[in-house]
Amino acid sequence: MLELRNVSFSVGGKDGLDIIDDVSLTINDGEFLVVTGPNGGGKSTLARLIMGIEQPTGGQILLNGQDITALSVTERAKIGVGYAFQQPPRFKGLTVRRLLELAAGSTLPEDECCSYLTNVGLCSKDYLNREIDASLSGGEVKRIEIASLMARELKLAIFDEPEAGIDLWSFAMLVDTFKTLSRRRHDSVIIISHQERIMQLADNIAVIANGKLKSLGPKDEIFPNLMKELSADCGFRGGK
Amino acid sequence: MFDYIEKNLLSAIADMSGIPETGAFNIRKNGGGVARSSTETVTIEPKTDKQGIDIKVKPFSKADNVHIPVIVTESGVSDRVYNDFYIGEGAEVRIVAGCGIHNDGNCDSRHEGIHRFFIGKNAKVTYVEKHYGDGEGTGARVLNPVTEVYMEEGAECEMETVQIKGVDSTARTSTAHLGKNAKLIITERLMTHGAQYARSDMVIELDGEDASAQIISRSVAKDTSEQIFYPRAVGNNRCRAHVQCDSIIMDSAKIRSIPEIAANHPDAQIVHEAAIGKINSDQLTKLCTLGLTPDEAEGVIIEGFLN
Repeated sequence: MLELRNVSFSVGGKDGLDIIDDVSLTINDGEFLVVTGPNGGGKSTLARLIMGIEQPTGGQILLNGQDITALSVTERAKIGVGYAFQQPPRFKGLTVRRLLELAAGSTLPEDECCSYLTNVGLCSKDYLNREIDASLSGGEVKRIEIASLMARELKLAIFDEPEAGIDLWSFAMLVDTFKTLSRRRHDSVIIISHQERIMQLADNIAVIANGKLKSLGPKDEIFPNLMKELSADCGFRGGK
Repeated sequence: MFDYIEKNLLSAIADMSGIPETGAFNIRKNGGGVARSSTETVTIEPKTDKQGIDIKVKPFSKADNVHIPVIVTESGVSDRVYNDFYIGEGAEVRIVAGCGIHNDGNCDSRHEGIHRFFIGKNAKVTYVEKHYGDGEGTGARVLNPVTEVYMEEGAECEMETVQIKGVDSTARTSTAHLGKNAKLIITERLMTHGAQYARSDMVIELDGEDASAQIISRSVAKDTSEQIFYPRAVGNNRCRAHVQCDSIIMDSAKIRSIPEIAANHPDAQIVHEAAIGKINSDQLTKLCTLGLTPDEAEGVIIEGFLN
């Protein structure tokens, strides 16, 4: 269970800009939460705060009752928090297999590596020994990133726009992977997404806009009102 | 025949722990040959006019690995050796060279290997050279290799040079002349630490029609070490060449990278690229999110980069 208590993150000192403004929410074990909202609203920052890549300027983060606010990225990873980057970095010389093994924390049999790659729509035998460098496309790197999180057993898995850059054909497979594999291997899952099909997998949906938690509730409650809620913010819509 | 330190050096530079069971070899220790063996296809003979050996590979033969490691374990040894390789037409051979210095004393230990390769028509050579140094003494470990390569029509040569640890000063000079359709690939991997100094000068002359060359240099400079790369590709005919220097800089190190390309023929296509940069912070963060400490993450990135 992850709990955010009045988490804030601002930049630029006292009169600075609030990127995340007093967000409180709880994700229970077994819960699948989709975080959505307009670009620049603070979704990725919230994920980075949970992973420890950024330190909150206010509030507390608790995992299964333990205050993890002051823990480093490494320490959080070791107690079971994982994060798939929106734009994963590339590594000259690091093979896909090595990354999967680093993620799993041990050497992996070839067929296990292959199954993680197959689950994200990559033909494993072509990719296992390839380097994660500029020779891979954005969509390929992104899928390898997702596979590296699937190779871990986590208390909390966070995926930052996993669908970005992924072709339509692989997308359907990815949705299946989230539905089955992620639910099995990860206690709780947060997916930042704008895709309806991913939102349909959610137990709950959180809407983040302008750094604030605008709404949070069961999918069936939040989803039907989503378009209305977000479009109301723009004065150019509806001929205003 | 070899003590623990010597075995350690041999294993670091040539993946061997003693006398090889198969293949031709020549093992040199502290300025003298200690073991040598030829085979039906590869003969190794000492030079009569100076220090060094002649290695001859029979035309159209397929040879096993040829090992010619050099180890220096006495402080103050200054060893210069001239090795000539004659690779017959159509032959295929893999040569594992390398030099390991263990210096526990206060005097500098130095090895200068001057290697010349005469690669016959359509012959294929793979050459691996590893440099390594260790020992607790204050005496420097110095390696200054000189390599000259002459390639006839259709010859192929792949050279891999590695210097990962413990060499205080190195100046590498390499030249190559490529005949028609000859193909040369040079991969250089280097890591310097402490106050080490490394310089690599290279001139690749693409003389024959449709010759091609690829030079890849990857390096990591740590602490206050200094590296200079000066690879030059010269196209004297219709040819292709690609020079790539890629370096990671850390701490207070210094790196100069000067890839130079020259075309003396209108159909020469030569490309160079060079980059020097720190380890990307996103890469470190990514590996930390997998549970690695920042130090471990740095190690994994460097290991991959130099692999």
